[in-house]
Amino acid sequence: MSRAPLLAVEHLSMRFGGLLAVNDLSFTAHQREITAIIGPNGAGKTTLFNCLTGFYKPSVGRLTLTPPDGGRFLLERMEGFRITKDAKVARTFQNIRLFSGMSVLENLIVAQHNGLMRASTYSLAGLFGLPRYRQAERRAVEKARYWLDKVGLTDLADGLAGNLPYGSQRRLEIARAMCTDPALLCLDEPAAGLNPRESLELNTLLMDIRRDQGIGILLIEHDMSVVMQISDHVVVLDHGAPLSQGTPEAVRNDPAVIRAYLGAADDEALPPDIAADLAAEGKAAPC
Amino acid sequence: MASRLASKSPAATLVKDSAAAALVAALLALPLLGFRMTDTARGLVLDYRFPLVLWSAGVVFAGRLLFTLAGAAIGRRLAARPPRAAARRWPLSGGRGRALAGWAMVGFALVLPLTPFGDRNLVDKATLLLIYIMLGWGLNIVVGLAGLLDLGYVAFYAVGAYSYALLSQAFGLSFWLCLPIAGLMAATFGMVLGFPVLRLRGDYLAIVTLGFGEIIRVVLLNWQSLTGGPDGVYDIKRPSFFGLPFSAFAPEGHQTFAQFFGLAYSPNQRIYFLYYLILILALATNLFTLRIRRLPIGRAWEALREDEIACRSLGINPTKTKLSAFAIGAMFAGFAGSFFATRQGFISPESFTFIESAIILSIVVLGGMGSQVGIVLAAVLLVGLPEWFRDLQLYRMLAFGGAMVLIMLWRPRGLLAHRDPTILLADHPAPSPADPTAPSEVSP
Repeated sequence: MSRAPLLAVEHLSMRFGGLLAVNDLSFTAHQREITAIIGPNGAGKTTLFNCLTGFYKPSVGRLTLTPPDGGRFLLERMEGFRITKDAKVARTFQNIRLFSGMSVLENLIVAQHNGLMRASTYSLAGLFGLPRYRQAERRAVEKARYWLDKVGLTDLADGLAGNLPYGSQRRLEIARAMCTDPALLCLDEPAAGLNPRESLELNTLLMDIRRDQGIGILLIEHDMSVVMQISDHVVVLDHGAPLSQGTPEAVRNDPAVIRAYLGAADDEALPPDIAADLAAEGKAAPC
Repeated sequence: MASRLASKSPAATLVKDSAAAALVAALLALPLLGFRMTDTARGLVLDYRFPLVLWSAGVVFAGRLLFTLAGAAIGRRLAARPPRAAARRWPLSGGRGRALAGWAMVGFALVLPLTPFGDRNLVDKATLLLIYIMLGWGLNIVVGLAGLLDLGYVAFYAVGAYSYALLSQAFGLSFWLCLPIAGLMAATFGMVLGFPVLRLRGDYLAIVTLGFGEIIRVVLLNWQSLTGGPDGVYDIKRPSFFGLPFSAFAPEGHQTFAQFFGLAYSPNQRIYFLYYLILILALATNLFTLRIRRLPIGRAWEALREDEIACRSLGINPTKTKLSAFAIGAMFAGFAGSFFATRQGFISPESFTFIESAIILSIVVLGGMGSQVGIVLAAVLLVGLPEWFRDLQLYRMLAFGGAMVLIMLWRPRGLLAHRDPTILLADHPAPSPADPTAPSEVSP
């Protein structure tokens, strides 16, 4: 590919005291592609997200975002909220973080804060109810309605976000992230706790976003039915280190991945000669 | 309670329960009622009044017994009723009901001085009440909307009061000129407080703001050359009606308010003027809050209260958002402070002690965080009632505490805890497909 990738992670390391949570990780993510990050618990997936979205400052490494509409952002040097505001990286959280005391629609309007702030000239035009602000607000509601329709929550828009069932809260969080007009959407285990039907709906939603919005999606997921069906590229982490990456098929058939992650029985994953040795030892061992 | 009584021997449980209540009452009454110092000719004498303790325990025993029996009887009758009647809502609990109640209150406040019982005394007390309502509404921006627990709010009130007092004395500036200056000064102090506490939340924030409030008071107390120290500032210029003073006699070449309008002079005129002045200031505060709640900054405050991390991940600048809440909340305290200074004509650090902060915060919490009408009710309860029941003397504070406990038992989330969404999808019908404002969608 001749163009710069949407996101380039180069030699990223994150150290917490003696623990190396992410160790020399490099990969790229592209526009109109879903890049899945998989790995066992504690492999450093969420740490990677926290580095990307400014919650942690990486110990080593460079995170470059090159949005299609121009500009180039070095995420590791930016203040947390600016990563969303200027570099247009949006994220969801493993443990859902909605504004549960506010209505569903309000959650989506708050996500459009920066645009509305400008339209209200930092509250002045808004305080006096100037038409410019009212138009901006109407557009914000329309964008919210578009995403409400997408995630199927239009009928519940005026209810409290905290009262939604779990699966709907997950979808609302994705809709809220999309309302920030991201160039890169980072989803932290969006299918966790969903039933098979909901997880199927999620697949459709993510594929729709990829096709209609043309943005890049970074996806942390344990649910292999989601990962294998919708991702274009898979990065496998193990204990912070990159283990393998490639297309879903390539990763699925990588013996290192099978051994470390997919949890196949030990003797199946081992090369036949070693397995034979082990079996011989077992027989020889005294009872 | 009823089920427990029914399960065991009801009479025995009932008596045991009442006896426990009576025991607590006796223990409480022993130091409160049991001893009394009397000043006799032989000096101070300690009187023992143990019969009184027994009496109070007996009254509590009987009261508890009756209360429980009555409660059980009411419970049985409610259970016998069809459930639909029980589920009916209180007429004022809806959003429209509250708006109606709000307008009724505004109307009542406007005509209060004209009503037959609106005498000088009542209007003066209502003025005090309105100061607290305004402070409650101002603090509500910080605590109720932005969720930043501020225990030092009275500091900004003091800044506003001293700003006006000192500016008017030093430079002879008028109240109307000083009012925005006092607001700006207080807002600046709000920012000054805001910076060090940006990373703090909850308890830690409360402790730092409490300290800030005390710092301001101690500075006012000790900066003798500027603030007059414990003596305070006196002879503060009283307000005038567009330059017309409310006094019996005008200085040479000027007219008083009464002369200008051809009225007989009455000291009530100033009282009524002050009342309407604070009413306008308070209503402006309310209007501002109601409006700003529906603006992006107001929604960002509420979002910040709900989840700061999520706010950051949506590109909201938490620093600016918090500082603006502190500054705007403080600004209204500054306005109220300069009104207070002009009303009293005398201010000293005595008026800005921690208990004031505590009362204002109680008003906000008791009213139901974020509820404008709730704050009015709470202010009436916490400030109005103790004022009106001054005759009760010492028992006033007892009644105050009792009322607070009762309210927190009855409505743990405040008098009116309901929150209306700031925007409804129902109010924005879907545009027709031809509408150019609709986001374009790539057809599947």
